[in-house]
Amino acid sequence: MPTTVPAYGKEAAGRLASMADVTASDGALRRFLHGLPGVDAVGLQARAATLGTRSIKNTAKAYAIDLAITMIDLTTLEGADTPGKVRALCAKGVNPDPTDRTVPKVAAICVYPDMVATAKDALGDSGIHVASVATAFPAGRAALPVKLADTRDAVAAGADEIDMVIDRGAFLSGRYMSVFEEIKQVKEACRREDGSAAHLKVIFETGELQTYDNVRRVSWLSMLAGADFIKTSTGKVAVNATPPVTLLMLEAVRDFHAATGVQVGVKPAGGIRTTKDAVKYLVMVNETLGEGWLTPDWFRFGASSLLNDLLMQRQKLSTGRYSGPDYVTVD
Amino acid sequence: MTFEYAPAPESRAVVDIAPSYGLFIDGEFTEAADGKVFKTVSPANEEVLSEVAQAGAQDVDRAVRAARKAFEKWSALPGAERAKYLFRIARIIQERSRELAVLESLDNGKPIRESRDSDLPLVAAHFFYYAGWADKLGHAGYGANPRPLGVAGQVIPWNFPLLMLAWKIAPALACGNTVVLKPAETTPLSALFFADICRQAGLPKGVVNILTGDGTTGAELVAHPDVNKVAFTGSTEVGKAIARTVAGTDKKLTLELGGKAANIVFDDAPVDQAVEGIVNGIFFNQGHVCCAGSRLLVQESVQDELLDALKRRMATLRVGDPLDKNTDIGAINSAEQLARIKSLAEAGEQEGAERWAPACELPDSGYWFAPTLFTGVTQAHRIAREEIFGPVLSVLTFRTPEEAVEKANNTPYGLSAGIWTEKGSRSLWMAGKLRAGIVWSNTFNKFDPASPFGGYKESGFGREGGRHGLEAYLDV
Repeated sequence: MPTTVPAYGKEAAGRLASMADVTASDGALRRFLHGLPGVDAVGLQARAATLGTRSIKNTAKAYAIDLAITMIDLTTLEGADTPGKVRALCAKGVNPDPTDRTVPKVAAICVYPDMVATAKDALGDSGIHVASVATAFPAGRAALPVKLADTRDAVAAGADEIDMVIDRGAFLSGRYMSVFEEIKQVKEACRREDGSAAHLKVIFETGELQTYDNVRRVSWLSMLAGADFIKTSTGKVAVNATPPVTLLMLEAVRDFHAATGVQVGVKPAGGIRTTKDAVKYLVMVNETLGEGWLTPDWFRFGASSLLNDLLMQRQKLSTGRYSGPDYVTVD
Repeated sequence: MTFEYAPAPESRAVVDIAPSYGLFIDGEFTEAADGKVFKTVSPANEEVLSEVAQAGAQDVDRAVRAARKAFEKWSALPGAERAKYLFRIARIIQERSRELAVLESLDNGKPIRESRDSDLPLVAAHFFYYAGWADKLGHAGYGANPRPLGVAGQVIPWNFPLLMLAWKIAPALACGNTVVLKPAETTPLSALFFADICRQAGLPKGVVNILTGDGTTGAELVAHPDVNKVAFTGSTEVGKAIARTVAGTDKKLTLELGGKAANIVFDDAPVDQAVEGIVNGIFFNQGHVCCAGSRLLVQESVQDELLDALKRRMATLRVGDPLDKNTDIGAINSAEQLARIKSLAEAGEQEGAERWAPACELPDSGYWFAPTLFTGVTQAHRIAREEIFGPVLSVLTFRTPEEAVEKANNTPYGLSAGIWTEKGSRSLWMAGKLRAGIVWSNTFNKFDPASPFGGYKESGFGREGGRHGLEAYLDV
C-alpha cells in the first residue's frame, strides 16, 4: 500500500542542487532541454511493441493482476459526479470484488477537488489515498492564482495527492521557465500546515504535445521542478497514454534517477482498459526501471474501467472459467 | 515477490517431424543412392530431431537431370502462370507459418519470437514479391524479353534456413529457372517441409529439388557440369572455393558471404534507440547474421554513457529455451560454431580487450553463449577483423566523422553498416562514403523483399532481393 515518499539522501539532494544551474535562467533551461538526446520515433515504437509481446502467464499473470490492482488510481472525473457516485467508487476501491476478499485494495481514488472531502470521509482509515485533479483540470487554462487556490483547496479538504495539469500552451510556445515556475509553485501549494505535503503528479497531456522530443523535455522539466510523479494525460482528449510515450517517460525517469539519485514515479492514464494492456505496461516498467518501481509508490494506472477487467481475469484464473460483466460491480 | 515471467513455451504439437527424410528429387522423396544418412539435432538440448539422407554424386546428378527436364516446360510457361504457383506457395507458407516457425526454432535454435515475427513473414513476403515480378520481367530493365538461365544450383546457410531458401528459390522460379537447393547440414528440416509445400501447391515435378547433405554434397552440386547458375550464401572461405570451381566455366555466380559490419554511433544519436539498434544489430539470431553489427564504433565523447546504457540493456536480455516466447537469445547453432565463438572470444582477451557479459544462467545441455561485449578493442585485434558469427560485440571509438568512415571501411568485408545520428545531412554524407551493400540509418537489421541485399569486397558479389535480384537469374 502507498507509503510516504522517503526523504532523499544527502547525496541525492546534493546532486539535484548541482543541477540547479540548468534552471537558473530561461536560456539555460532551454539549452539543457534541447540538449537532451533525441528520440527516434520508429525505434521507440518498435521497442514498445517488442515489450508488448512478452508472454505473461500463470503465476506471473496472477502476480501481475494483483499488482496492477494495487496500482490503480480509481477515477471518476465527470461533470455529473455526485457524492453518492464517489462513495460507491470508494467502496469499490476498498473492496473491489465482493465475492473474493483476497483481492487487494486500489492505490487511490481520484476525484475533482469538490469531492475530496466526500472521498476522504468514505475511505476512512482504509489506507487508500485520495487524489485530486487540481489546477483548472483538464484544460489548465486559468490564471496561476486560480490554479494555486484550486490546489490549496483540494489539499485543505484532505487530498493526499494532487494531479496538476501543465500549461501546454506555454510549453508549446517555448516558455519553459513559465511551466517550470508554475510546477514549483503548485508543489509549494501542496504543503500542509503541519509541514507535510501532498504528493504532486504532473500531467503533460502528451496527446497535445505531439512529438516524442517534447515528451522527453517536459519529463525532465517537471522532474527538475520537483514532480513526485509524471503522468501522461488527463483522459479527456483523443490520444491518451500510449505504450511508446509511457516507455519514453520511464526512460526519462531512469536517466533522471541516474543523474540525481531522485526517484520519480510514472502514471499512464486514459485508455488503459484491459488486463492485457496493463500487463504490457508492467512489463515495460520491469524491463526499463526494474523492481524498484514495481510498487504503487512509484507506478500507477489512471483508470476507471481497467479494474473490472482485472477482476474478471482474476476470477478466470481462480475458477478456470470466464464469468462476465455481471459478475463484477459496475461501480 | 518479484515479477518472474512464467515459462511460456510454444507447443511442439503443431509440427510433425518424421523420424527420417529422403531427398526431394523430381517431385518425390527418395533415399540416397548409397543409403547414407545423418542426424539433425536441436541445438537447444542436443535432442535428435530426425535423420536425413546424405546426397552423393549420383543423387546430385539425378536432381540436376530432373531440374533440366523440368526446365523446358517451366521456362515455357507464361509468367502469369508461374506467378500463380508462387502466390500459391506464399499463401501456403502463411497458412503453415506457425508450424514452420516452431520447426525452424527447433532445428536452428533461434528464439520463436524471431522465427515467428521476423523469418516467416519475410519468407512469405519474398514469394509474394517475386510472384509479382514473374509476369513483368520485360519491365525490369533487362531487355524486352529476358531469358532464364536454366538449372540453378543453390547452397544456403544455417542461420536463416527458410528465409535464405526463399531468397534463392523465389526469384529463380519467377524468372523461369529450375532449382536444385542444398540446405545446410545442421538445419535441413525446413527445406524438406518446403518440398512438401511445393507438392501441396501442385508445382510441376522437378522444378524444385532439395538435396540434404554436407559440404561434399554442395561441392558436387556446384561442380556439376549441367548447372547453369550457382548461388551461394555462407562463409567467405567456402565462397572462395566455389569461385575457384566455377572459374573458367560459363556458369553464372553470385556469392553472399561474411561481414564485419560497423555500427556507428555519433554523440547526437537518439541514445535509447541506438542501444536497441546495437542490441538488435549483434544479438539478433544470436549474432548468426552475416550483416550483424559486430563492430560498434562509438564517438569518444559519449562512450561511457553509451556503454553504461548498453550494459544495462544487455543485463535484461533473456537467454534460454528458443521455444519460450519470452526468450530473446536462443542457442548457438552447433558445437563447432560454439567452439569457434569461444576461441575467438579467448583471442580477444589474450590480445588485451576487456570482456564483459551480464550475469546469466545458461542451460546445462545444448550449445549456449552469453551475450558478450569487448571494450578497448583496436583495429589490430582479431575480434575487430574476423567474423565471429556469434553474440559478441567489439567496441571501438572514433573522434570525427572522417575517422569513423575510415575505420568502418578498414575491413576485408563490406556487407552492411549502421549510422546513428539525429543529423540527416551527416547520415547521407556517410552513407555515400561507406563501402557496404546496405547502410542503415537510425535502425539496423531491417529487411524487405523490395530492397536489394549483397556485399562489397570479401562479402561477395551480386544482389538478392528487389529488382536487382532478378538479374542473377536472367540471361542479361
